[in-house]
Amino acid sequence: MTTTQDAKLTEFEDNDQKPVGFGRMLRKEDARLLRGRGRFVDDVQLPGMLHLAILRSPFAHANIVSIDTSAAEASPGVKAVVTGETLKGLGLAWMPTLSNDVQAVLATDRVRFQGQEVAFVVAEDRYQARDALELIDVEYEVLEPVVDVRKALSPDAPVIRTDLEGKTDNHVFDWETGDEEETNRVFASADVIVKEDIVYPRVHPAPMETCGSVADFDPVEGKLRLWSTTQAPHAHRTLYAIVAGLPEHKIQVIAPDIGGGFGNKVPIYPGYVHSIVGSIVTGKPVKWMEDRSENLISTGFARDYIMRAEIAATREGKILAIRTNVLADHGAFNGTAAPVKYPAGFFGVFTGSYDLQAAHCKMTAVYTNKAPGGVAYACSFRITEAVYLVERIVDALAYELQIDPAELRLKNFIQPEQFPYTTKTGWVYDSGDYEPTMRLAMEMAGYDELRKEQAEKRARGELMGIGIAFFTEAVGAGPRKNMDILGLGMADGCELRVHPTGKAVVRLSVKTQGQGHETTFAQIIAEELGIPPADIDVLHGDTDNTPFGLGTYGSRSTPVSGAAAALVARKVRDKAKLIASGMLEVSVADLDWVKGAFQVKGDPGRSVTIQEIAFRAHGAGDLPDGVEGGLEAQICYNPSNLTYPHGAYICVVDIDPGTAEVKVRRFIAVDDCGTRINPMIIEGQVHGGLTDGVGMALMEMISFDEDGNCLGASLMDYLIPTALEVPDWETGYTVTPSPHHPIGAKGIGESATVGSPPAIVNAVVDALKPFGIRHADMPLTPSRVWDAMRGQATPPI
Amino acid sequence: MQVPAPFEYERATSVDQAIGLLERLGSSARLVAGGHSLLPMMKLRLANFEYLIDINDLHAELGYIRLSDDEVRIGAMTRHRELLESDVLAGVFPIFADAEKVIADPIVRNRGTLGGSLCQADPSEDLSAVCTTLDASCVIRGPGGSERVVTMEEFHVGPYETAVADNEILTEIRIPRKSFKVGSAYAKVERRAGDWAVVSAGAAVWLDQGRIVDARVGLAAVGPNTTGIPEISAALRGHEPDESLFELAGAIAARSCDPATDTRGSADYKRHLADELTRRTLRKAVERARS
Repeated sequence: MTTTQDAKLTEFEDNDQKPVGFGRMLRKEDARLLRGRGRFVDDVQLPGMLHLAILRSPFAHANIVSIDTSAAEASPGVKAVVTGETLKGLGLAWMPTLSNDVQAVLATDRVRFQGQEVAFVVAEDRYQARDALELIDVEYEVLEPVVDVRKALSPDAPVIRTDLEGKTDNHVFDWETGDEEETNRVFASADVIVKEDIVYPRVHPAPMETCGSVADFDPVEGKLRLWSTTQAPHAHRTLYAIVAGLPEHKIQVIAPDIGGGFGNKVPIYPGYVHSIVGSIVTGKPVKWMEDRSENLISTGFARDYIMRAEIAATREGKILAIRTNVLADHGAFNGTAAPVKYPAGFFGVFTGSYDLQAAHCKMTAVYTNKAPGGVAYACSFRITEAVYLVERIVDALAYELQIDPAELRLKNFIQPEQFPYTTKTGWVYDSGDYEPTMRLAMEMAGYDELRKEQAEKRARGELMGIGIAFFTEAVGAGPRKNMDILGLGMADGCELRVHPTGKAVVRLSVKTQGQGHETTFAQIIAEELGIPPADIDVLHGDTDNTPFGLGTYGSRSTPVSGAAAALVARKVRDKAKLIASGMLEVSVADLDWVKGAFQVKGDPGRSVTIQEIAFRAHGAGDLPDGVEGGLEAQICYNPSNLTYPHGAYICVVDIDPGTAEVKVRRFIAVDDCGTRINPMIIEGQVHGGLTDGVGMALMEMISFDEDGNCLGASLMDYLIPTALEVPDWETGYTVTPSPHHPIGAKGIGESATVGSPPAIVNAVVDALKPFGIRHADMPLTPSRVWDAMRGQATPPI
Repeated sequence: MQVPAPFEYERATSVDQAIGLLERLGSSARLVAGGHSLLPMMKLRLANFEYLIDINDLHAELGYIRLSDDEVRIGAMTRHRELLESDVLAGVFPIFADAEKVIADPIVRNRGTLGGSLCQADPSEDLSAVCTTLDASCVIRGPGGSERVVTMEEFHVGPYETAVADNEILTEIRIPRKSFKVGSAYAKVERRAGDWAVVSAGAAVWLDQGRIVDARVGLAAVGPNTTGIPEISAALRGHEPDESLFELAGAIAARSCDPATDTRGSADYKRHLADELTRRTLRKAVERARS
């Protein structure tokens, strides 16, 4: 059961039949998904389809001495065995990453992480493909791996990227933001400085559906159809055109139903390219579907930041400045998916929700012998790390000053009249009103009573903790002039077509992986045009029948494509108004819009509905001069700024003093994402993100042994939370619309993933206050909590 | 998708027919009961057998819980769920229900079996610790109807290794009953519901006139095999149970075990848990024996 601020769950069941627009409505896609009628990549079956399996490196770092594929080629059902040498001949052995690095499609010279792709087999069925993998004989010369990120830049560390000409170390990039001199000056004169070393461990998005693709290359038409697990079908198509040299109009990328993305399905993985090569080589459709272990060891991880955080404040608790030094582990290839001018994503928002005098960050990114990636797992381009940093160090300051952490936050919030607010690192927060959000969370939690209960329990030796996190997110990338992925500007298209009978189809450039786009976008059109959501079909995911755009990640669908949908509907409405003026024989200025119809000012009896207008637009009757037939429009929306949702989270934990097990007893989440389109979908996304947060805070981590073996290669080793680890979520909301978004909406998809880990960790650390604990790193497993209780908290890496 | 290497598959129709197949196929064959350990290992190709002999049809023959005055006999094909839901078992040895509540999840418990759990011989396996705690013995049947009975200590030869030979089947577990008041309990610390134990402990106590006639503790995940700790039994016998006695038992458990540091926890923490959980389960077992 879940408590929400305003749920009346029986009142919305038939909302899809009415022209309601915003409000609770059951998801249009659920009828299909819940009945097992979804169509995912692995459901795609084509005549003559072959199956592909990938041979992966067992070593983290090794030279490839030789590969013998002869036995595999002779194995039953095998149609092709492809190695890096084969690809080299085709100029396809390497491909660009989303961060202007290169990544091996198949290793040629050397393997650089455990699980790296070494060869692939195409066979008649997937059993034969797997059996043949065991017959490929690879001779490796094992090299010393770079596993400890802190030693990656030491002069005696082996150089990983020998493929890059002139590379003599494992350095990827340095990045800096804010004013160092000014920050140091503020620190020098501050009453109090608190410093903590904070690790955000490597975690994995682990979507329910792993990655995969079906490639079907037609040698006659020269056309490639690629069904793939992608969050960004259009961007992928352009990149395939660039990598493979195929003309872009001859590539169709189809993202069918996708079983969860969380950033994991933003990059182009070697496996997708393998299936394309496999299809070209064999002349048949080729399916590649990775297994769970492959997904965990080789696809985009997240986080892996080692952060030193410092905060300066007055004795009274006025926060003055924050500075941080970050060491970032980017794995073997810099495969970070972030706008190219933002190598650290949006980490620059580490100043949080507070009005500071100065801030500064210095970051160094390095290569290690681990899987590539870096931005994934619902992180809003590294805001997860930034929010964790600031919310943890603010709590450490509260501990030091002996001020209640809620009070300290309330004292330092950016005030409503300061918006739009430019942070000391140059981000322009569009709107916010933080105190009411915080107060609502405290009221829902019964904050004062909780503190009383805690005091009583502490007196009895019981361990109870209350943790607070207040976050400001930055979501909805572009604008395109500031933000691009390999030169592709971050803007999104939308097309709307109203059929003669008044039903409609809207085509999006973004793609749902479970977020409910088919409902939310129908509701946006419904709100603007008065057509019931049930009458609006939402098409997305197929590059042949949707407009170009950068796709769904970083909570950008509603901020960017949601704006595009609202504006395209307004464009259609403007045209409808012209047609209505003709139908009603009045001037445009004499028409009023009431949802779903135009009526003559002062004469409500004379009106035409949008459905009647649609028929006229396609009918035999006259249209006003200069108006073309049809009722449709298209748009490409370039956002003027990001949107900045915020939220206040309060977590209550109990810790068993004997076993150090942490139980999350309560979790109160108050989110402000501006205008709320479908509160039920918002709550669903918040519930998912909060559950993610419990996983990261308490159990999830991709760790490695000293040889670089991945210790999280199955869901037995890499734990994700179940219903038994999470409490009944208590959700609430405030509404501070975005001033620049046409309907005032902000993104919500990642807020809970961003905001919940610090709330949970703060609660655990608060529970351990009697032991003098000011910080402990995730994952807070019983063993690590027990270490902390004995004053022996250690970083997880 | 993970797929196993090729193998032949046959469904056994009786225990003796299965033994006949094992006799013929030797170490290239493996029995599959619930399959929840074996099949994942085969899909990961960590285990490759040429033949699988499916004994699920033997549930009618080997799935039972029989109570008599001097022992409880449980068939090797008895499923986790049946152990969890058995009123008979709950009446005499509630330790079973305690353990079953924290073993895996309902889907695994619907299928997995007592015999399969014991034969997997995973050092972290919970039912092995339960059986060790209750001083169970294992009935092993071989060719020609031969049968032998071994103790739990004899049954577990090493990690993932048992006394059951290639041509034998574990058919039954026997748990002795004594004419005293008995209480038993099980506790487990796990990182997440359904995970293998970080450490778990079982305890059973037999009381006569308020004094401990016998007490046993079994630990899982703290050494190469689940282990009974005779020193605890010796220290507790003849005494009236109280907190200081539980503390003593916990201290013995902590120093008698041999845990390793891994991703589930440090060796020190596991040692601490051996102590803590021994005290908790003994306390609970005594409470149950008295009620």
